Amino acid sequence: MTTLLYHSQRAMRAKRQEAMRRGVIAVLDIGTFKVACLVLRFDGGEISDEGIGALAGQSNFRVIGAATTRSRGVKFGEIDTVHETERAIRTAVQAAQKMAGARVDHVIVSLSGARPRSYGLSGEVELQTGAVEDADIGRVLAMCDMPDIGQGREVLHAQPVNFALDHRTGLSDPRGHVGNKLSVDMHLLSVDAAAIETLLYCVIRCDLELAGVASAPYVAARASLVEDEQELGATCIDLGAGATSLSIFMKKHMIFADTVRMGGAHVTRDISQGLQIPVDHAERIKTKFGGLIATGLDDREIIELEGETGDWHHDRRTVSRAELIGVMRPRMEEILEEVRVRLDAAGFEHLPSQRIVLTGGGSQIPGLDGLASRILGNQVRLGRPMRVAGLPQTAYGSAFAACVGLALFAASPQDEWWDFDLPADSMPARSLRRAVKWFRDNW
Amino acid sequence: MRPLIARRSVPAMPQATADPAPSKLRYRITRLWLTPAFRKVLHIGTPMLALFACITWYASDADRVAAITDAAYEIRREIEDRPEFRVNVLGIDGASDQVTEEVRAALALDLPMSSFDLDLEDLRARLEALPAIRSADLRVQSGGYLAVRSDERSPAALWLTHDGLSVVDREGHFIGGFGTRELDGPLPVIAGEGANLAVPEALSLIAIARPLGDRLHGLVRMGERRWDVVLTDGSRVLLPETGAQSALNRVLALHDVGEILDRDVSIVDLRNPARLTVRLTEPALDELRRIRELALQHQTGDTAG
Repeated sequence: MTTLLYHSQRAMRAKRQEAMRRGVIAVLDIGTFKVACLVLRFDGGEISDEGIGALAGQSNFRVIGAATTRSRGVKFGEIDTVHETERAIRTAVQAAQKMAGARVDHVIVSLSGARPRSYGLSGEVELQTGAVEDADIGRVLAMCDMPDIGQGREVLHAQPVNFALDHRTGLSDPRGHVGNKLSVDMHLLSVDAAAIETLLYCVIRCDLELAGVASAPYVAARASLVEDEQELGATCIDLGAGATSLSIFMKKHMIFADTVRMGGAHVTRDISQGLQIPVDHAERIKTKFGGLIATGLDDREIIELEGETGDWHHDRRTVSRAELIGVMRPRMEEILEEVRVRLDAAGFEHLPSQRIVLTGGGSQIPGLDGLASRILGNQVRLGRPMRVAGLPQTAYGSAFAACVGLALFAASPQDEWWDFDLPADSMPARSLRRAVKWFRDNW
Repeated sequence: MRPLIARRSVPAMPQATADPAPSKLRYRITRLWLTPAFRKVLHIGTPMLALFACITWYASDADRVAAITDAAYEIRREIEDRPEFRVNVLGIDGASDQVTEEVRAALALDLPMSSFDLDLEDLRARLEALPAIRSADLRVQSGGYLAVRSDERSPAALWLTHDGLSVVDREGHFIGGFGTRELDGPLPVIAGEGANLAVPEALSLIAIARPLGDRLHGLVRMGERRWDVVLTDGSRVLLPETGAQSALNRVLALHDVGEILDRDVSIVDLRNPARLTVRLTEPALDELRRIRELALQHQTGDTAG
């Protein structure tokens, strides 16, 4: 099963390379509230004299098309109604294609829900020659014993995080070092296989080819965490509509990711239930007047709740902003408490740096940073995604963190397990069988 | 008093639009339309195909094609027949009257005619095929004047062959049979196979032999390599292959001194320049023999007596 996964991921990587060669690739963020699509054009980033391109090589692409549409059929960041979602994807892709004036065949998709689970793996291998070579890295990665990720789970990311040679640890690239024993720490993220399969089905039904899947907390952190936060350690909390996902970064590698299956949509639903108004109306009130910390002034700010029910009294109700805050705050507190639980489970308090970056559409609620600092710790800031070339102003904002992160992921992916060649001795039976099969088919 | 409590009203809710998703067909068409190859085919290929189809359909009917070619021909004819392009006069330079007539006959132009119908190259070839013309130059000049400048071959000698006498020029080209054209004066006669190929040499020999005056009958090419000078009384001077002029000069010098050609010789043989040989005529030989016999008898008589 692992080799199957290895080959399917490799095939996906090959498709991504092909798309890069062709020059146009789309990134698709299928969220609970919106489906956003960016069309990127790669023009073989010119390297300046210092040997490193502008923005550390992240400027070798340009956004030439961007489109957002209301999401349909997505719940908790997972595709719920396939055909509805397919229509939403079609809408976004078509609009982005139209803006770009180019046809897109390959798409990289982010997955925000699907119950991610992090595993820390370690492997160890004796070096045959003195120095570490490429093959040794492939070997040590293959030596990691696969944890029991459970039935119906699929590996989404498997990134080597840390290499250790003998008793020297913290090597990011051990090649060329001399030692006897090479060990690796790998972070493995597994998700529900059904979610990926549904996603693949949707993408194929839109005549697109899947060139990569990335976890939404991972890509959102890539876009929102600045470089020293990624290096020293930070948590990125992507407050989406259907799911709040968090990822912990350390030494520029993701070491933990998890999802809280609550988000902005639940806040909206609370408002709708509590104030007895339609969901659309609740969403508008939330975005226009929403807040988390009530002041005395908010008691005097009256919001009219207009309705079309025909009941005069029902349609002429008003509510003060303080009451609205009173509806929103418990839910946000619950979400943040839940995040706190996940962070505690991951041992976040033991990390050297306790930085927390809030991003995603939900982070735009006024007063969230104050509330979050009371629950999560005092090093909280609101993050907005990195600026990328050509991104329209409408697509610039914390709601598009995952989208921008996907673009960065497409431009400069981090090493995954399947980027390294498997050692030859782990697949002789299989290749022999394939050779025999080939002979049978051809003679 | 204005109300102290700010009442903020929510703007009217926008009507939720119907599902904006494109249909699958529409989505596919849009994607197809964005394919560069498809666009190229559509933008360039389709008009080309339509044009080709139109032309093919139109050209499939022979009558229509014929009508088009007729109309085009008519227009062309009209332009060609304009007086600006008409050739009215044929002028022939550098040819004698007789040759002029021949040229006129060879060209066989039905003037006036359009200059487009004149194939000057063909006409020139026709003229140069005439034996009397060495080269010809034709050009249409302004005023509808077709100028023919011909370079006529000038008769240099008469060549006696089995077929009769013919007139040749210096290069030995046949100009015409003897008597077909007027000659300016008497021409030297040459004979023998290959005589026409050495006309200049023959002419120089004849010039040298001018002191012989009327006695010179002509030159005969022997074996396509050397000349015999034939005199009116049938005697011959056999000249060598090389150095014919000097040999002839020598004979003339001998003639001046010893009147060798007036004597009873039939052949003066100079083929070997180192040794001049003379063949006597039959009577002279008999006479010589008789004289020698008499001389012998006389001598023996003397001895006897």
